[in-house]
Amino acid sequence: MGDPALRPAEWDFVAARRRLEAKPKSAGEKLTSIDDAAARVTEGDRVAVGGCLFSRTPLALVREILRARRRGLTLVRNLMCTEGELMMAAGAVERVMTAWMSIGLPWGVSKVMRHYVESGAVALEEWSHLALGLRFRAAAMGVPFLPALTMLGSDLVAVGGMKTIADPYSGETLAAVPALFPDVALLHVHRADRFGNGQIDGYPHMDADIARAAATVLVTTEELITDEETRRHPDRTVIPGFLVDALVHVPFGSFPHECYGLYEADFDHFAEYTASIDARGPEAAVGEYLARHVYGPPTWDDYLELFGGERLARQRAAAKELTG
Amino acid sequence: MNQPFTSAELLAIMGSRQLRDDTTVFAGVGVPLLAAALAQQRHAPKLTMVIEGGIIGPRIKPGRLPISTNEMRAAYRAQMLPGITDTFLFAQRGFLDYGFMGGAQIDQHGNVNTSVLGSDYWKPKVRLPGTGGANDIASLCREVIILTAHEKRRFVARVDFVTSPAWLDGGDSRRRAGLPFGGVSRVVTTLGVFGFDPETRRMRLDALHPGVTREQVREQTGFPLLEAPEINVTEAPSADELAMLRALDPERRFLG
Repeated sequence: MGDPALRPAEWDFVAARRRLEAKPKSAGEKLTSIDDAAARVTEGDRVAVGGCLFSRTPLALVREILRARRRGLTLVRNLMCTEGELMMAAGAVERVMTAWMSIGLPWGVSKVMRHYVESGAVALEEWSHLALGLRFRAAAMGVPFLPALTMLGSDLVAVGGMKTIADPYSGETLAAVPALFPDVALLHVHRADRFGNGQIDGYPHMDADIARAAATVLVTTEELITDEETRRHPDRTVIPGFLVDALVHVPFGSFPHECYGLYEADFDHFAEYTASIDARGPEAAVGEYLARHVYGPPTWDDYLELFGGERLARQRAAAKELTG
Repeated sequence: MNQPFTSAELLAIMGSRQLRDDTTVFAGVGVPLLAAALAQQRHAPKLTMVIEGGIIGPRIKPGRLPISTNEMRAAYRAQMLPGITDTFLFAQRGFLDYGFMGGAQIDQHGNVNTSVLGSDYWKPKVRLPGTGGANDIASLCREVIILTAHEKRRFVARVDFVTSPAWLDGGDSRRRAGLPFGGVSRVVTTLGVFGFDPETRRMRLDALHPGVTREQVREQTGFPLLEAPEINVTEAPSADELAMLRALDPERRFLG
């Protein structure tokens, strides 16, 4: 335990701490290109993905990691959606750690997940939603575990190998939810300055904890703001710049997933995507999708053009209607 | 049965009647959220809805019902957006009275499976979406109400995998596992309303929906059911309840 040169255990708080101590925590420039940011993800990394399901998913980063043909990744996300399906079909991921995976009730159980998990190509390690949240929080706090009252008695305990502990005060049995220190965090925020100070509107999901838990933090932002603007509303900053390694300015960086207040998820796109999977099966349909949306268009702007300005404007108007 | 309402409408209405005023409820999207919203409009105006995506006190916008527990439709005019982990910690602290749940399989002790079908977790016959927050709701709420279609393939003697613990193996096994609070109090199905024997924690038929017989229930249940000394008949969904419910989902996205 404690050797940061080896890939440490998920809960190895000593190694995780040494890794941070050895790392620059600069208040300097973080702005870079999407391919430079994605290049910081290496073979076999444990990658935590911010947002939740089809909300504030860092899809521009996910796409670029797929374009860089990374392999052997472990993907960690509380609720997984199409980003996980693309990763599975592209052969980028060996293991996913999640509480739930599919797109949503109207589209049924994910056929892509079923295909890759039932065939044994990808291992799905299931934790409860709160347990995953506490795993990130324990890591964000720099401790090896947090006591909790959840997941006890269920068969999920054995899946992830969670241990229990006796409360030293009352003797009650408690869950000892282990910390989870990711190698890399992928996050998408509403606004950030060039030094990486990031602000999120709407539901915060688990992003602030994930940013503190990970060794390397990659962020995309809808809007690039000035240092002065950050300083006018420091109460809104949830990710301090010194823990961010790379920042990329990517408007619509979560599309066709949603970004609170800015654009609603494109449910029509989900329906088209799942209809094509229903018709042609996961491998062929998602393979084509990857060719068209991921490997084909060289830039994110080219990717957005596949949806068209009208679609983007429609989704913006829908978000305004719901949050205005 | 030729009834003037769908199964989803029956479940939403019977579910809504379980909720008392001045309480809080963890509601998932779909029928549970409609049940909570109906209760709030009809008899429980001081009910607070909590959604696991990190949303407290949202309003329901008819025609814009949420598909997931974390999206703008679920957060519409909410009172607070505390984040997912902290939302569940409200439940761990004891602030959540009710939790609604569904599931692919439910057993005679109320345990629910939404993870895998088959005997080997790592080589599943069918991989299901997973727990989401269901395990946490089952562990942490003061009481859990299961809303489900009543079918023999769902009502099994023992679930393949305990995703969400109710009474585990019955008796005091839940307490011994380290779950001193909560547990499933009611199972509301398309055929009736069920509780659990306080000693053995085995499922017990408490009430039948109008026109349903005990035989029908037994046929659709894969384990022997206990029966309450007096089996009641629920009141059929009223015109008033149906009208209010249908106004919440004019697109009939979840009402069938």
